[in-house]
Amino acid sequence: MANQFDVIIVGGGPAGYVCAIRCAQLGLTAAVVERDKLGGVCVNIGCIPTKALLHSAYVANVIRHDAKELGLTTGELKTDYGTAMRRSRKVSEQNSKGVEFLMRKHKITVVRGAGKLLPGRKVQVGNEVYSAAKGVVLATGSRVKGLPQIGLELDKTTVISSDEALFLEQAPASLAIVGAGAVGSEFADIFNAFGTKVTLIEVLPRILPVEDTEASDALTKSFKKRGITVHAGARITRATVTKDKVTLDVEVGGKTEKVEAERVLMAAGRALNTEDLGLAEAGVKLTDSGFIKVNLATLETTSPGVYSIGDVAGPPMLAHKGYREGEHVAELLAGHPPRPIDYTNVPSVTYCHPEVASVGLTEEQAKAKGLAIQVGRFPFSANGRARTSNETEGLVKIIRDTKYGEIVGAHIVGSHASEIIHELVVARTNEYTVEEVDLAIHAHPTLSESIAEAALDSMGRVIHI
Amino acid sequence: MEALSPTMEEGRLVEWKKQEGETVAVGDVLAEVETDKAVMELVARVGGVLLRQTVPAGQTVPVSSPIGLIGQPGETAPAAGGNGAGGAPAVPAARPTAPPAPPGSQPRAGGQPTPPVPAAPATAPAMASATAAGRVKASPLARKIAQERGLDLRVIQGSGPEGRIVLRDLETARPARPVAQPPAAAAAGPAPSAPPAARPVAPTPGQAFTDAPLSQMRKTIARRLVQSIGPVPTFYLTSEVDMERVFEAREAMLAAGSEVKVSFNDIVIKAVATALRQHPACNAWWQDDHIRYWSEVHIGMAVAIEDGLITPVIRHADRKTLSEIGAEARDLAGRARERRLTPEEYTGATFSISNLGMLDIDEFTAVINPPETGILAVGRIVSKPVEHAGAVALRRRMRLTMSCDHRVIDGATGARFLQTLKGMLENPLAIVW
Repeated sequence: MANQFDVIIVGGGPAGYVCAIRCAQLGLTAAVVERDKLGGVCVNIGCIPTKALLHSAYVANVIRHDAKELGLTTGELKTDYGTAMRRSRKVSEQNSKGVEFLMRKHKITVVRGAGKLLPGRKVQVGNEVYSAAKGVVLATGSRVKGLPQIGLELDKTTVISSDEALFLEQAPASLAIVGAGAVGSEFADIFNAFGTKVTLIEVLPRILPVEDTEASDALTKSFKKRGITVHAGARITRATVTKDKVTLDVEVGGKTEKVEAERVLMAAGRALNTEDLGLAEAGVKLTDSGFIKVNLATLETTSPGVYSIGDVAGPPMLAHKGYREGEHVAELLAGHPPRPIDYTNVPSVTYCHPEVASVGLTEEQAKAKGLAIQVGRFPFSANGRARTSNETEGLVKIIRDTKYGEIVGAHIVGSHASEIIHELVVARTNEYTVEEVDLAIHAHPTLSESIAEAALDSMGRVIHI
Repeated sequence: MEALSPTMEEGRLVEWKKQEGETVAVGDVLAEVETDKAVMELVARVGGVLLRQTVPAGQTVPVSSPIGLIGQPGETAPAAGGNGAGGAPAVPAARPTAPPAPPGSQPRAGGQPTPPVPAAPATAPAMASATAAGRVKASPLARKIAQERGLDLRVIQGSGPEGRIVLRDLETARPARPVAQPPAAAAAGPAPSAPPAARPVAPTPGQAFTDAPLSQMRKTIARRLVQSIGPVPTFYLTSEVDMERVFEAREAMLAAGSEVKVSFNDIVIKAVATALRQHPACNAWWQDDHIRYWSEVHIGMAVAIEDGLITPVIRHADRKTLSEIGAEARDLAGRARERRLTPEEYTGATFSISNLGMLDIDEFTAVINPPETGILAVGRIVSKPVEHAGAVALRRRMRLTMSCDHRVIDGATGARFLQTLKGMLENPLAIVW
């Protein structure tokens, strides 16, 4: 039966392809239905290409600001966004090819086209109907969206999204970015480095609003130092879009400012790919916020035998959360009940410079929950390794529960924050307390030492300040 | 065989309450087991069908060895090899969802019967979380919380990797002992250079007890006294108490139609508890490297039972009314004689009382029950001629002898406590003042 599989996964992004691989490892036959490129948003128009561009931005900033001091003489720095963009495309293509290779390696069938759910664990793609013996997994993901309600409907020329920004041949002279979450902040960093006059607009009171206040403040300071205009707590009251210009009336701090830019990049929220999937007919219900409704323990939807993972199954909309959900469902379907997913322990990372990484609660959230906490901090300005590389911005902040030393939350702003946060993720996963973090001997000199120091500081015995 | 008391090492299976083939629900009484302290009920920790009783009634088996098998309906018990009574507990922990199958069991594909589980899985968690060497697998955070709450990690089922105990496993766990009494406190890092502080005997509000480091002087006292007389350097203080007023008070109470017939012993318990509140230095435990001063008062009450003696505990005796103490003492003593006390009911006393007055003993010395540091021996009440109000009169008198652990309680400390107690009994109103 060519159209018969144990598991059919609709969507070949991070959640979907990982689910397929894990299914294959556990001896199940799996098919992935993908209408575009394998790897999804992450590999093609998200995580991977932006990180490639951020690397260009990083090197540009090092040359601009540090080269002389480092004893390197360069001529005047010229940037070319088109070249950087084409490199980022190459990286994305390599990764997408990598996913294709993984599918072949694990003998996973890839069905090209848009999948539609049919009752009875069946999926229709074009004229073909495929049926799944054990389960259908919906991993259709999310996409960019505009804000038509304030006159900023995506037109892909003046009003663009990350989808277009990632393919620009040259950096615009000026760019307004609406939304200062991870995507908005990363593009602010990229285009600033490529010489664009960037205005970052966030409706909430601070940029990276889900992060700890201190992290937001540290990043705001760094952005302003580099000439990025930051309007937080700002409301766009009017948007005038012409063919080559956008004018925004921005109400901030009680007065209205006019922001003019060649283009506006919409980075506020994402839309969920739940349309044309035949969900209602198959009995799959959505939540009030539009996600596919799942039982968090099993990730099963309201339709028995149909599961959902990744962005479309609920927040946080992060590739690594999708990975874990993909493995989870595969193990469940293969009859190996997995341990529950700890959604409170999903790290969050923004890869601008300095990087911002966090796990667990912010100080505000911990206080709002009424926890007795003590905050430990260690600034990278006091860290030897950070000084050697001229990257002394930022800090490590650890929020510990006063009574047992539990690591309630951890926040890192600084170079390589994305890499070093995992020490604290591992600590939390294993329920280590700040004491175990300190007990682990940290190599010197490393940025990670700042984590041990922040742990010590939360106990009132920091060494190097 | 589940450890039904903190000190239990083996148990005698008195009687099976479920027969082979009977359906068993979680919490059902499987059998009656005689421990070192009492006859207790052993309850099922998993549901299913009792497939086999591997230990017959009357047999004594060590803690942790299987006594039977519970499985699914229709399932047959595997051959006895390896699972026999007293044999090595070959069957590992079996959570309903735990993947590890027991040796010799079937593959775990769907549709197969679930592996049989030991009938008394309080031992199973022990096997789940503890290695052969007795090390319990638990996260550092879970350890800290368990220590504070007095939870025994050895009997908690871990749900983390390889049965590791994590925070969520503690949510439903109940304290194994009435109070936190972590023997690990010493290992956790004593304060070797503790300042020779004055004894901080004032209890901290909101805490059950305060641990006081040992001053150099106290260490010396402890060391020398132990060399002199033995592990618990005991001395004795005797005081004779006039019981006339207690008699009057008791008569009045009985005449007023008190619900519970309050005994002299109840009044002594109440007076001791109240006096201990005023003398926290006598309400303490010797903990080898520190002294634990209790801010709660739990009075142990020695009860003679057939073949022995047990000390049920009246908790918070200082805060209970006489009738409450009376009713509780009656209940505890009754169940003690039937050997039906639970471990929580005979552990955790902060001070004890032994009364042999009913056996016509004038006075005697009682042996301290460590880690407690004091016990009061109560003699009989006897009318004798004494000086009263300038004349010789017949008065009802009672002799109290307090045994004190000199490492904690010094002569004058104990004497002052006894003085307060005597004052209370001679003027019972002082108990409520």
